Amino acid sequence: MEAFLHQVLAGLATGGIYASVALALVMIYQATHHLNFAQGEMAMFSTYIAWSLISAGLPYWAAFALTVVFAFILGVVIERVVIRPVENAPVLAVVVVFIALLVILNSVTGWIYTYTIKTFPSPFPAQPLFGNKYVSSHELGAIGVTLAVLLLLYGFFRYTPLGLAMRAAAQNPDSSRLVGIRVGWMLALGWGLAAAIGSVAGMMVAPIVYLDPNMMGGILLYAFAAALVGGIDNPGGAVFGGFLVGVLENVLGAFVIGNELKLAVALVLIIGVLVVRPSGFFGKVYVTRV
Amino acid sequence: MSRRQRIVFAVVLALACALPFLVSNYRTFQFTLVLVYAIALLGLNILTGYNGQISLGHGAFYAIGAYSAAILMDRFGVPYWATLPVAGAVCLVAGFLFGLPALRLEGLYLALATFALGVSLPQLLKYHHFEKWTGGVQGIVITKPDPPFGLALSQDQWLYFFTLVVALGLFWLARNLLRGRVGRALMAIRDHPIAAEAMGIHTAMVKSITFGVSAMYTGIAGALGAIAVQFVAPDSFNIFLSITFLIGIVIGGLASITGALYGALFIQFVPNIADELSKAAPWAIFGVVLIGFVYLLPAGVAGGIRMALARWRAKRQNI
Repeated sequence: MEAFLHQVLAGLATGGIYASVALALVMIYQATHHLNFAQGEMAMFSTYIAWSLISAGLPYWAAFALTVVFAFILGVVIERVVIRPVENAPVLAVVVVFIALLVILNSVTGWIYTYTIKTFPSPFPAQPLFGNKYVSSHELGAIGVTLAVLLLLYGFFRYTPLGLAMRAAAQNPDSSRLVGIRVGWMLALGWGLAAAIGSVAGMMVAPIVYLDPNMMGGILLYAFAAALVGGIDNPGGAVFGGFLVGVLENVLGAFVIGNELKLAVALVLIIGVLVVRPSGFFGKVYVTRV
Repeated sequence: MSRRQRIVFAVVLALACALPFLVSNYRTFQFTLVLVYAIALLGLNILTGYNGQISLGHGAFYAIGAYSAAILMDRFGVPYWATLPVAGAVCLVAGFLFGLPALRLEGLYLALATFALGVSLPQLLKYHHFEKWTGGVQGIVITKPDPPFGLALSQDQWLYFFTLVVALGLFWLARNLLRGRVGRALMAIRDHPIAAEAMGIHTAMVKSITFGVSAMYTGIAGALGAIAVQFVAPDSFNIFLSITFLIGIVIGGLASITGALYGALFIQFVPNIADELSKAAPWAIFGVVLIGFVYLLPAGVAGGIRMALARWRAKRQNI
């Protein structure tokens, strides 16, 4: 029982990270109906920036804030420069551009920082909080940071005029344009926000999986699974899916199928959800008219 | 084929036959790999270029083909040439089965499902219950075949000719398949699935079979690749292999048979040149070239050549 509880809590911690990445994916999907295959590598690249800043002697939280800002700018620039020209291109062209981004970010990072694995500091104390024996401080901290990010985002989209404009631009670009919303910039802002969320996830997961250019591969896959489970167009669903996938992955990995096949869980989940219920738990069902 | 095409084909074929006698054994080996990749790219192009189903996980079928060949040769002592039909059949079935659920998935979702397959495959190959067959992390080492009938060829030269014959056969097959009724059905499904269905094409069946045939081509390529490299290991079949194939068909030219050859030349030789810059350089160059092609030359090298030829002809007629 104790081991089980431990696995569930650890699953919630990684689940929070999947939830953040899934949320970033859903944000971009809602606005543009594209799946961002480069989301993981964008987060990874930002995490390396954070590592550089910390190595340069900045305190952790200053580096954290700077990295989030950097990631935001990176996201906006990528949308404006690389994604804009293929906005209305066929699906294949868009997928190819995302894949190109993925390999460029991956190799540039390898080029600058080499492929040796680096440790990444955690801002939370090394010994478990409150003397409990189930969950480490970092895991607890990661869950806390994820929840804080979610609350901030919810507040932003629910209560600020800019958040409202962004939601409008995603839902009905034509009408939004008519009431004076600059839809193009709203999309770019959405990309920036998604990249910023991704960077937070990267910094939270790096102390657990260590820093290397390929660290986000598996995480991106789980995040896709999470987004699909929750419904690819539902932010709340994505968060729920993230925690669910995190717990499933940990519990199944520990007790049922072993750690070797953990990624297969994501594969089975993705195909299973797509086949059985493509709209996920909370997604909208779309009916197209011929 | 027009007369001009026949001449070009004959010249290229003659060059291809003369090649192993003109260059070193190592270069011959590299050109064998070009042929191997060309077969794999042709397979992916049938699926993605002609039928419009995006696969980001074709490296998985390449791996299944490679492992089929390696296991048959290493554990059962099957001769190398007999492994190809088996590898092809295994991949045909695997591709068909994967294609069945994937049918319900439109463009983007299929890309996602195949991406998941590509990412998770190395882990499946390492799984310790399969270790008896797959050799786990260590992989399997196989021996290079000797030329038969006492031919005075080196092993590399023989394997090159063997691959060339297989490639010619498969290209011929694909050309006949794509030029006729089947090819038109594939493209109709790509361009307008609803209209295709209304015309009486069994969309679901055609799509699954296409997936199977495409996987078969890639699987045969995988088997040939394993024989040429003499080694299979899980980590050589990671997601970047699948991405390499995608890069190959985009740069070679989507929905083009000759495009597979240009793409194969690109993915074989450009990394070698770029490697001298840095270990990471090939992928940076791949990425930048890829974006460049999507923006500037979406029809790939094959499309570029077609356009240049058409322009040249038009100019000549005007004079």
